[in-house]
Amino acid sequence: MITQINYEHKTLPTKILNIGLVLFSVGLLLAILGYAINAERASFNGVIALMFMMSIGLGSLFLIALEYLVGADWSVPFRRIIEILAVVVFAVPIFALPLFANLHSLFHWTHLEDVLKDPILKNKMPYLNEQFFTIRSIAAFILMFIFWWLLSARSLKQDQAKNENFRKTTTKYSAIFMPIFGITLTFMAIDWLMSLEPHWFSTIFGVYYFAGTFSVVMAVVTLFSIYLNENGYLVKGIGQDHYYNFGALMFAFTNFWAYIAFSQFLLIWYANIPEETFWYLHRWEGSWAVISIGMIIIHFIVPYALLLPQPAKSDPKRLKFISWWLIFAHFYDLYWLVMPIYDHHSAVFSWMELYPILLCIGAILILFYFFAKNKNLLPLGDPKLLKAINFHL
Amino acid sequence: MENKIIYGITGIFETPDEIINAAKKISESGYTRYDIHSPYPLHGMPKAMKLKPSPLGYFALVFGLTGAFAAFAMMTWMMGFDYPLIISGKPFIPIPAFIPVTFEVTVLLASVGTVLSMLFLLFKLPNNSHPLHDTDYMKQVSSNKFGVCIEAKDDLFDEQKVKDLLIQLGAKDIQVITYDNETLSFKVNIFEWKFVVFLIASALVVSAATYATLNKLMYVPPFDFMMEQHRIDAQAESKFFGKGAFSMLTPPDGTVPRNSNQFKFAGNPELADAKLLNPLLPTEENLRKGMQKYDIYCSPCHGYHGVGDARLNGQFPNPPSLHSEKIRSWGDGHIFYVITQGQNSMPSYSSQLTNEEKWQIVLYVRALQRAMNAKEEDMK
Repeated sequence: MITQINYEHKTLPTKILNIGLVLFSVGLLLAILGYAINAERASFNGVIALMFMMSIGLGSLFLIALEYLVGADWSVPFRRIIEILAVVVFAVPIFALPLFANLHSLFHWTHLEDVLKDPILKNKMPYLNEQFFTIRSIAAFILMFIFWWLLSARSLKQDQAKNENFRKTTTKYSAIFMPIFGITLTFMAIDWLMSLEPHWFSTIFGVYYFAGTFSVVMAVVTLFSIYLNENGYLVKGIGQDHYYNFGALMFAFTNFWAYIAFSQFLLIWYANIPEETFWYLHRWEGSWAVISIGMIIIHFIVPYALLLPQPAKSDPKRLKFISWWLIFAHFYDLYWLVMPIYDHHSAVFSWMELYPILLCIGAILILFYFFAKNKNLLPLGDPKLLKAINFHL
Repeated sequence: MENKIIYGITGIFETPDEIINAAKKISESGYTRYDIHSPYPLHGMPKAMKLKPSPLGYFALVFGLTGAFAAFAMMTWMMGFDYPLIISGKPFIPIPAFIPVTFEVTVLLASVGTVLSMLFLLFKLPNNSHPLHDTDYMKQVSSNKFGVCIEAKDDLFDEQKVKDLLIQLGAKDIQVITYDNETLSFKVNIFEWKFVVFLIASALVVSAATYATLNKLMYVPPFDFMMEQHRIDAQAESKFFGKGAFSMLTPPDGTVPRNSNQFKFAGNPELADAKLLNPLLPTEENLRKGMQKYDIYCSPCHGYHGVGDARLNGQFPNPPSLHSEKIRSWGDGHIFYVITQGQNSMPSYSSQLTNEEKWQIVLYVRALQRAMNAKEEDMK
């Protein structure tokens, strides 16, 4: 039993910043080189980077709102880490900027002369046109900024003010955020990922992207929490009982992802309608078949098997490995969604496909370092914190 | 109190925290044969009692894997080897279709197997003459109290010492549980005649009820609805979709067919003749496909060689020969136009043939025409 919180503020080591800067600058160099050599391919990779950052940004806001809404105890000590991570939402528009300059090489439906010849795209014009597309994206970014403020600012103030009513107010905003999160995420997934192939549609696509989002944001939060806790940046009392929830949630959403991914595939496979099946057939052409089978192994079988035993879910070593694995799996997932549209004859991979990974991880580390600098890494003013640290399974 | 043997000593605690603390102290004192009873599972209790991890997870794993492999093997054998059926054009062993069933059987076997092995292998049930049964202690711990029972079999057991320990831990209502050697038997009594008769009787009742339901009840109104229900036969006229609609419906308005461009020359065969060029080369493959489609769609009226010898016994007027001077002088585009738009009593074949197939038929018709009107140099 811990009766008093002895939190001592320590500044994060500059190692985080240095690693972040190295990764980010290498990534940026590759990106600039990529845009100079093959702007089309580079912008397809840009979509991967954008959607990864969107997963982390929107996903962390979702985790904050979820904690307030369900009144979870165990996750309170990690809420500040998620709040700091949520600053990624400000990087999302920056990642989208170069893509807006290259819309024509990304989206077939931006070519008006082709659209007018194609009766299907012509009928989709009221939704799929550049003006409305831009408006939707900007609206989503603004909503993200607003709710970042509404969901995380009060918790920071609470550190000094210790006002218990803050929790009630934030819970109300969380309830408002939930439907907005669902709509924003679905529209962004449809706009940036599904409309890359404007003839294809899948009504479950938003949920599919959400499943990947949740598992990857959980993985990133787990990594930060375990590394910070192991190096003594949090307080005593946080341990395996807390970690177990990370493991359990990652395990649950590994299964959820597999369930959604398989549902989408099974319905299209069974119905066998050419206007839907071609999307999967492109991912079954040439070496893409290997990537598609690898998807089952990387995104489901390996994390499932490694997280299945009960002790594994609270073993920090195992959790760190699985977290890195799931981050890789989400990149792999986005690569599988995006790149077959660039070239569906055979899988493409070279140094250019590395830049989204380097750029995103570097950017997240830099943002985390600067934003965490003068902040407590625990929500010290939260009345539930003591109870949460004493959480036992 | 003669003939009474001590089974163990019990104590009652009020709160979960107290009982977890007590369990910790008892296991620290070196006792190994003791048990905790509580109305619901307590988190942290295995740790406090220093229990080894339960082997139940391995039972679940083995049962689950058995279920997965058994289901998959069963479906593969039935669908692929024992009774192969083509279902909606899928292969005989359609792996994606097996996944949901494999999943269900895995979950079923894992859960049922785990519960049964827990009850019968780990808990060693049925055990209907345990000394703790029918005691005041059991009544309390199965409603709202928490209890500990230190067994006399423990090496460290000493009546006074155990009582002292329990008092020191704050236990209430400390009691010595005794049993009579004659009434107690740890043997499993599954083969008691009453139980066997009960099993046989219930099996008989269930099978009789099943037989009656499936063979008698289903033929009695109102349960015979399945035989009386409405159905639509293939190619029959449908009352539901209005007059003239058949059970196979035409696509709704606004449907865009895949892989076909809209035909821009409707009502203008001369323009089609002038503007349309056959995009295909007369390769062996194209000609063979053209022949196949020609034999299916064209030959019933035009005949296998295009001379107009219909096989329809005069249900439709016979078409003119395809080898006339007029048709031979047509361009490829004109023949394509006729296949697409129809002519006189010939309907359009656009819904049956793709553009590529139409061009293949055109190639084949050209080949037929050349065969019927061969020139001198073709014979060489």
